[in-house]
Amino acid sequence: MKYEAVIGLEVHAQLLTDSKLFCGCSTKFGSDPNTQVCQICLGMPGVLPVLNRKAVEYAVKMALAVNCKVNHKSVFARKNYFYPDLPKGYQISQYNEPLTEKGFLDIDLEAGRKRIGITRIHMEEDAGKLLHGEGIEDANYSFVDLNRTGVPLIEIVSEPDMRTSEEAQAYLRALRDILVYLEICSGNMEEGSFRCDANVSIRPVGAEKLGTKAELKNMNSFKFVKEAIDYEIQRQIDIVENGGKVVQETRLFDSAKGITASMRSKEEAHDYRYFPEPDLLPLFVEDKLIEDCRSKLPELPQQKRERFISEYGIPAYDAGVLTATKELAHYYESVVKATGEPKLSSNWIMGELLRLLKEDNKDVKDCPITPEAIASLIEMVKKGEISGKMAKEVFEDMYKTGKAPAEIVKSKGMSQISNEDELGKIIEGIIAANPENAERYRAGKVQLMGFFVGETMKATKGQANPGVVNKILKQKLG
Amino acid sequence: MDLTSLTIHELSEKLSKKEVSSVEVTNAYLKRIESLEDRIHAFITVTPEEALKAAQAADDRIAKGDKITPLTGVPISVKDIFCTKDVRTTCASKILGNFVPPYDATVTRKLKEAGAVILGKNNMDEFAMGSSTENSAFYKTRNPWALDRVPGGSSGGSAASVAASECIASVGTDTGGSIRQPASCCGVVGLKPTYGRISRFGMIAFASSLDQAGPFTKDVKDSAIMLQALAGFDPSDSTSINTEVPDYSSFLTGNLKGLKVGIPKEYFIEGMDTDVEAAIRQSLEVLKDRGAELVPVSLPHTEYAVAVYYLVATAEASSNLARYDGVKYGLRVNDTGSLIDMYKRTRDEGFGGEVKRRIMLGTYSLSAGYYDAYYKKASQVRTLVKNDFDEAFKSCDVIATPTAPTAAFKLGERVEDPLTMYLSDIFTISCNLAGIPGISVPCGFTKDGLPVGLQILGKTLDEGTVLKAAHAYEQATDWNKRKPSI
Repeated sequence: MKYEAVIGLEVHAQLLTDSKLFCGCSTKFGSDPNTQVCQICLGMPGVLPVLNRKAVEYAVKMALAVNCKVNHKSVFARKNYFYPDLPKGYQISQYNEPLTEKGFLDIDLEAGRKRIGITRIHMEEDAGKLLHGEGIEDANYSFVDLNRTGVPLIEIVSEPDMRTSEEAQAYLRALRDILVYLEICSGNMEEGSFRCDANVSIRPVGAEKLGTKAELKNMNSFKFVKEAIDYEIQRQIDIVENGGKVVQETRLFDSAKGITASMRSKEEAHDYRYFPEPDLLPLFVEDKLIEDCRSKLPELPQQKRERFISEYGIPAYDAGVLTATKELAHYYESVVKATGEPKLSSNWIMGELLRLLKEDNKDVKDCPITPEAIASLIEMVKKGEISGKMAKEVFEDMYKTGKAPAEIVKSKGMSQISNEDELGKIIEGIIAANPENAERYRAGKVQLMGFFVGETMKATKGQANPGVVNKILKQKLG
Repeated sequence: MDLTSLTIHELSEKLSKKEVSSVEVTNAYLKRIESLEDRIHAFITVTPEEALKAAQAADDRIAKGDKITPLTGVPISVKDIFCTKDVRTTCASKILGNFVPPYDATVTRKLKEAGAVILGKNNMDEFAMGSSTENSAFYKTRNPWALDRVPGGSSGGSAASVAASECIASVGTDTGGSIRQPASCCGVVGLKPTYGRISRFGMIAFASSLDQAGPFTKDVKDSAIMLQALAGFDPSDSTSINTEVPDYSSFLTGNLKGLKVGIPKEYFIEGMDTDVEAAIRQSLEVLKDRGAELVPVSLPHTEYAVAVYYLVATAEASSNLARYDGVKYGLRVNDTGSLIDMYKRTRDEGFGGEVKRRIMLGTYSLSAGYYDAYYKKASQVRTLVKNDFDEAFKSCDVIATPTAPTAAFKLGERVEDPLTMYLSDIFTISCNLAGIPGISVPCGFTKDGLPVGLQILGKTLDEGTVLKAAHAYEQATDWNKRKPSI
């Protein structure tokens, strides 16, 4: 029998607000443990939460970007469970009445475009972290770092609309790109600012009924998401094919082994005892806030890609690469503006610039080459002042030194000899020094053209303009 | 002159005229606390050093002619549920036995800013759960009118300390009657304002949607002074109400002409103590004499109030008390390495019996499969209780009822019978469910010489009219002036 997978994703994205969701503590990543805490996020007796307005705006922006309906009234709820990284013994989240729901996101696959439903996006606070390592493995205690406690999160829950790990990956990338474009999340999976759980089940192709799902956790890279889902799909198929039954459970991905392993069964699942948070009033979002957020929405990755294709006439592949980040897209557009050459600009950026940046592990924000400098480089090639090959060398120097191309060409004495009189004299000398070959060429051995070009290049230390050299040689030998 | 017999307004006048100093008065109270505490046990912590420092600061202000408030230099106490910066705050629980908050509750901050002198922290039922102060993890507070009787609860220490003149006023909290019922038992004035009128920030939570702070005083005028100092929006409490605070003293005219007082038939029930009923009936006549018109009203869902309360309050409590887990502060029992074991033993040894009972009740009512039948249903009925009041207030301005069905009961009498204990709050709970203000004023004594309280309930944010009615009643009687002989 053939099976298809049914995949839904739950994504947690940390919002880039300066302060936490319910108190004024900083959200900065990587500070010393427990230096960004106060009585409120520590859950001390009697303290109360006050909602961060900025976080609501960020969540509304994301909702609008993925076509969700923003509810005028939403309700915070307590999710109750005991764990040392959760100082209050409950997490303030949203449950029955989330901030936004019923949206979708279109993802681009090789087979074409596919629409993935988004069930809801709700707001909640992050928990802290437990630290077990570094010399305390044998100790009978762990450390708790509560810096992360109370950092605002949005949880984005998809419909079970994905069928393959590739679709899941594409959806995840598209979500991440949007969050980063909106400047509301750093999108860093390794740092945990963008986290993903996956619900995976299988069913015979053509079946309507959903199979029993497993929830996968602990996948902290796009690669691991794919590996975990692929493993899980095969695991479930193997169970069913061998006459077994998939059980509902939570499974952890082990990236070292590339497998998923059971963490807890449905019976062991927490009863979170959700109830409306009595310390916060229902959240009322007015139309004005929604419209303000809508008017501030930037052009989103997909729109930008489509515009690059239609406006600049570049291939879809180029458009995809150039819109990977908002900064790169902006850089590309500045270069096009300076050069008036969309495809040439794309070639330079994709071919040379991105390679150099990648080698240095740098971002386009750190790029020392101005769009104007690329424009003059392209201009120099066009005018024949330097060859394409030389231009690549010049480009590397531009990248390293930040100098203008003309300056580099001059200081290295690289400029191309295109002057016909000058080259004419050199070529006459070469023909005079090789009378036999000149005779044989004239007799029809046209392959000897290469010999004369090579000699000319040797004589000019490679600086002769090959086009001009060819032209003069044909004249003089012709 | 007995300095400890004065009211706030009397003392404030003497202080501003420099007839007495705050240090003198504070010392007089500290002395009285010292001489009475082994019998009353109204305090968990007394803070003489901090008190005398504040008294000196108040005297300095007065001497310099700086601006003062009616509370400048006035010695008061607060229930040990309010966080006090650098002073131990226990909530009468072993689990917070060593907890010293690094912050002030908004209530304590406002009192300090108003120049009040805080003498100490009052005993209470653990986490405000109880109606007799017998659930304190430290000791039981005695009723100054009869030392073998309870002072009521949960703010029993606050009520007893004012009744025994160990302080001039106190601030307590009221979740289902915890200010009004002990005020009634101890013969003092106890006011529970509208939910959200006084900030809950730094007030240790029992049931967040019901908890409200309020003053215990010797008369209604003092109650208005205290409310004036404590009321107002607090940006740190999202549930505090953001409307202007009126001048409460302007309501105290003594004249009730044109005031309609609703008398709910559901509050005059079988099983009510006959002495209590007699005192209440008599006090209604006094209101009439003062110009009020008595109108019969009905609050038909009253009978469900106790059940609703014990579902909503315990559900919220089960979540609010989850933070006491031994991880961050307070008691931790057993460091053997198993997290679950540490949780269990800390909470087992840290919490008393009633607290555990309520945590279990609340956990149950929120559990999967029971939520709809219990918590959700209770929330719906709560709305009906609130609607009852909205409907009743269409035909009256305030509602008058007994505060409690009986006067103070004997220590130990109801400890083994939680349900009877819960019924001590039968007349006070609906007010919290509806979020409206209510006051208890002394309105007589039983044949055994125990105080009885008259409860006056008002519309949302209409503390002014509640105080007006209580004040006019008080003007016509002298119940509040009687003192226990201790």
